[in-house]
Amino acid sequence: MTSALELRRVSKIYGSGPTKVHALADVDLSVDVGELVAVMGPSGCGKSTLLTIAGTLEEPTSGKVVIGEHDVGVLSRDGRARLRRQSIGFVFQDFNLIPALSAVENVALPLELDGVRIKAARAAALEALVRLDMAAQADRFPDELSGGESQRVAIARAVVGERQLLLADEPTGALDSVNGEAVMRLLRAASHDGVAGVVVTHDAHLASWADRVVFLRDGRVVDQTAPRPGPESLLAPTAKP
Amino acid sequence: MSVSHALLALLSEGPKYGQRLQNEFEMRTGEVWPLNVGQVYTTLQRLERDGLVETDDGDGDRGRKRYRITPVGAGELAAWLRTPPELVPPPRDELVIKVLVALQVPGTDIDEILQAHRRHVIEIMQRYTRIKAGAAEGDVPLALVADAELFRLEAIVRWLDAADIRLKQPPTAAPAPPAGVSAEPTGTMEVSR
Repeated sequence: MTSALELRRVSKIYGSGPTKVHALADVDLSVDVGELVAVMGPSGCGKSTLLTIAGTLEEPTSGKVVIGEHDVGVLSRDGRARLRRQSIGFVFQDFNLIPALSAVENVALPLELDGVRIKAARAAALEALVRLDMAAQADRFPDELSGGESQRVAIARAVVGERQLLLADEPTGALDSVNGEAVMRLLRAASHDGVAGVVVTHDAHLASWADRVVFLRDGRVVDQTAPRPGPESLLAPTAKP
Repeated sequence: MSVSHALLALLSEGPKYGQRLQNEFEMRTGEVWPLNVGQVYTTLQRLERDGLVETDDGDGDRGRKRYRITPVGAGELAAWLRTPPELVPPPRDELVIKVLVALQVPGTDIDEILQAHRRHVIEIMQRYTRIKAGAAEGDVPLALVADAELFRLEAIVRWLDAADIRLKQPPTAAPAPPAGVSAEPTGTMEVSR
């Protein structure tokens, strides 16, 4: 398996002196192409910091971040921004769609910012919406979409183009359980389709959609579930008398 | 899980043979509750003894019995559907007991104990979620069964998380007794003489 994301001994310290906070301490995490990993832990455990560092939005205090072939630490500011635009998709709890743009324009935006011609960007965006069963809503604006539809648009925006890494921060937090499940099905499908996915959450239900759950406490990885267990042992001969 | 009432429910659709009852039961509970054929026949015998089902020879195929629900059986099924399950008193929860015991055992790392149980429960949740993810989207009975297990397991994780937070809080000093009152237990339930 090829790693799409690798964090090696990543630490992040905020502040200094007595107010110094170790948000992350020596975190090792590797996510393969085609794998969905959930990072689980209570609030303040460092989940969001991990996601912003994996997304190159923040730099670690020490350690190494590798995305695909790229060692993020040696890239210039512009290089990081390009990598982010081309390779990483983000999904947030509150969707973060731009209200003045239609669904298809929201999805096309990262491609257009990256220099793709408008016509080609819109075509790719529409294709991503079609894959998520959102063709009928392509011309609607965010205030005309339900929560579940908005998150589908956000997922389309996160996977459009040649993305390698999908990062989601409590992506179902604003949705009811049925819509939340639909979103997790899509993230799982996108990951198994060849993108590496990382979902940070405090919600066990949500985390159970992942192939592997990594437990974070006080900035450290303390445990993880067995990676993608084999055939359904739950359905193995369990018939009780 | 009441196998007998599930069988009555399947028979309320019309007369059926035992083998078909077993297949339909497993199909509708989404393979989550496997049922062996012996269980089906002992349950059917009991239902027949109690007058809740009756048998005939059906189409006479190889002498197999065909089962049909009786009016008494239909009444029993209707009453059962409306009877709340036994929720009080709560079952003695083994996990709660383990955590309480762990607090008493010197040198035990309670964080590690809670995490071991958390990981185990989430691994089981992953398996139910995979069953749900692998099922056809229109398979509502399977989704309902898997959801029931997932919500039950999620409640355990939430309890573990709550225990974790509670155990991290510094112990608060016991409130000082009001002046003039002994701090010793005095058997306050005594009735006035």
